[in-house]
Amino acid sequence: MTEEIKHEWPLFEVFVRAKRGLNHVHVGSLRAADHQMALHHARDLYTRRNEGVSIWVVRSDDVAASGPDSKDAFFAPSGDKVYRHPTYYSIPDSVPHI
Amino acid sequence: MTDLGEKTFAETIAKDQRVEPRDWMPDGYRRTMIRQIAQHAHSEIIGMQPEGEWITRAPSLRRKAILLAKVQDEAGHGLYLYSAAETLGADRGDLTRRLIEGRQKYSSIFNYPTLTFADVGVIGWLVDGAAICNQVPLCRSSFGPYARAMIRICKEESFHQRQGYELLMTMMGGTQAQREMVQDAVNRWWWPSLMMFGPPDDRSPNSAQSMAWKIKRHTNDELRQRYVDMSVPQAEALGVTFPDPDLRWNADRGHWDFGAIDWSELQRIISGDGPCNALRISNRRRADSEGAWVREAAAAHAARRQEVKAQ
Repeated sequence: MTEEIKHEWPLFEVFVRAKRGLNHVHVGSLRAADHQMALHHARDLYTRRNEGVSIWVVRSDDVAASGPDSKDAFFAPSGDKVYRHPTYYSIPDSVPHI
Repeated sequence: MTDLGEKTFAETIAKDQRVEPRDWMPDGYRRTMIRQIAQHAHSEIIGMQPEGEWITRAPSLRRKAILLAKVQDEAGHGLYLYSAAETLGADRGDLTRRLIEGRQKYSSIFNYPTLTFADVGVIGWLVDGAAICNQVPLCRSSFGPYARAMIRICKEESFHQRQGYELLMTMMGGTQAQREMVQDAVNRWWWPSLMMFGPPDDRSPNSAQSMAWKIKRHTNDELRQRYVDMSVPQAEALGVTFPDPDLRWNADRGHWDFGAIDWSELQRIISGDGPCNALRISNRRRADSEGAWVREAAAAHAARRQEVKAQ
């Protein structure tokens, strides 16, 4: 046994599909030695009460994410494109089913 | 950039929106959040011990299964919270080291011993009841990952409280000796459970800042009063009394008045001199060191499998 107690398992992000027909949703993270163990730990940690029917685990350092600093560059351009929304178009009330 | 970050942070708090891990936040906010989440995580992990001691001695298979599930939940709650702390740049292993070296605290309530099986019921009813009072408002805490962890935890705490109360109802329907055992456990846990809400508002120096940052939503005294008001009718229904001669309904306030809390006791336990402080920490330290070879072996196995796959 080494002197220094080690905690160096990598971090995994966990996604759970609550039921068939829904997307997998991020629920949190956990530490595990590999993907297989991460799946088992995710089952024990995040689905103790029928919270899911399927689990994905992804190494946290494999996730690429947009940062808060690039929020405007990423998302501002869609802000002024109101014509992409159906409510932008006025149609008389008398026209059915549209 | 920091100016913009500061402005965005202030707006997020003002609009009652959530701060997310990669947002700019004041150093004090980050430090406070890490400390609070870590303390909370440590409390869940240490909190497995007082009840865990009764798993092998549970009086029936049903009670054993329930207690196992509950203690497993406490482990789960600790892990949700370490996960939330890690989003702020804390390291899980480092937090555990801080706990076992006594550099970070956990809730003092877990430094009391569980003398009889009635203690298991009273912990579920009163200790988890107090925790629920504290935690429900934390589901709206300004830090997103913490608030989300709290939502999951609160759902599970409800099972904890109900199983405790049901256990006590069963014992109260038993023999006179069993009823006395319940009353004795209530007598021992009532005052410590009131202390779980922390020092009174005029002696809680960090509360104002935490309220301004919306980390906390109610003061310690508000939550303590809410807990007393909830617990009194529950005690009545159960047929036990609380060991407080000053406990009486105050129609003017619309709340239950209660006696003065002995804060020197809390101080003594926080500073390390409680009945079980040394035992709780030495158990945690032993679990960590005796588990080290398992963690190392699993890491070595994973590395080997990776090598084989690469060949």
